[in-house]
Amino acid sequence: MSLRSPLGRALGAGSAKEGVHHWWSQRLSAVALVPLSIWFVVSMLSLPSHDYAMVTAWMEQGWTPVFLILFVLTAAWHSHLGVRVVVEDYVHNSGTKSLALALVAFLHVVIAVAGVFAILKVAFGGAA
Amino acid sequence: MADRPLSPHLSVYRMYRYSVLTSITNRLTGVALSAGLIVLVYWLMAAAGGAKAYGRALGVLSSGALKVIFLILLAAFSYHLLAGIRHLIWDSGRGLERSQSQRSAWLIGIAGLLLFAGLAWWTCLHWTMAGAGGAR
Repeated sequence: MSLRSPLGRALGAGSAKEGVHHWWSQRLSAVALVPLSIWFVVSMLSLPSHDYAMVTAWMEQGWTPVFLILFVLTAAWHSHLGVRVVVEDYVHNSGTKSLALALVAFLHVVIAVAGVFAILKVAFGGAA
Repeated sequence: MADRPLSPHLSVYRMYRYSVLTSITNRLTGVALSAGLIVLVYWLMAAAGGAKAYGRALGVLSSGALKVIFLILLAAFSYHLLAGIRHLIWDSGRGLERSQSQRSAWLIGIAGLLLFAGLAWWTCLHWTMAGAGGAR
């Protein structure tokens, strides 16, 4: 027995294949964040000091800016997916919910853009 | 909405169950880490703003309140990392039996505490070494 409706069978469109998108993005970003977040925390704690010269020298060298950008973007994406679900679960008024979801989205875009901008600026030596 | 009858939901669950505790803790630590992203971007933007701006931000970031926040973030990171790996293992279809999931709940709780203790010790080493001059 098929569970498809007669209309669905006639249209033959099938599912939009979007059902698992949120779930899959969250897992994918989670997998990427395991090494990236460990790298970030260990790097932070390995720096001998956190004064300006030390931090900017670290941010300029080799692969650091690349991994930092990957970390900020992946963390912002993973955070957006997570906070979004929290808002969807706990904010019940539909108007407030839409507003909160929009704010959460905007805030995460700002975090991602500001983070990448700052890293590139230091890496290209514009901050001196 | 308000007039419609509700089926019993939260009140029928035993809220102290390990499954409820591990789940809500994963959520809370995730939200804490999201807030931590704001601190991260504040720090990065300060570095991009030049030596003077960075010096000012470092003053804020080495304050006592921020040190408490860093320790909270390290605790959240320790738990969320391990709980996340536990979820990824579940997604592969393994460890879903009740006995296995009870064992892994204890495992991530204890390993999370140990990881946090190690990271906190490392961080405090920084703070004592840096004295007045440095911070994370």
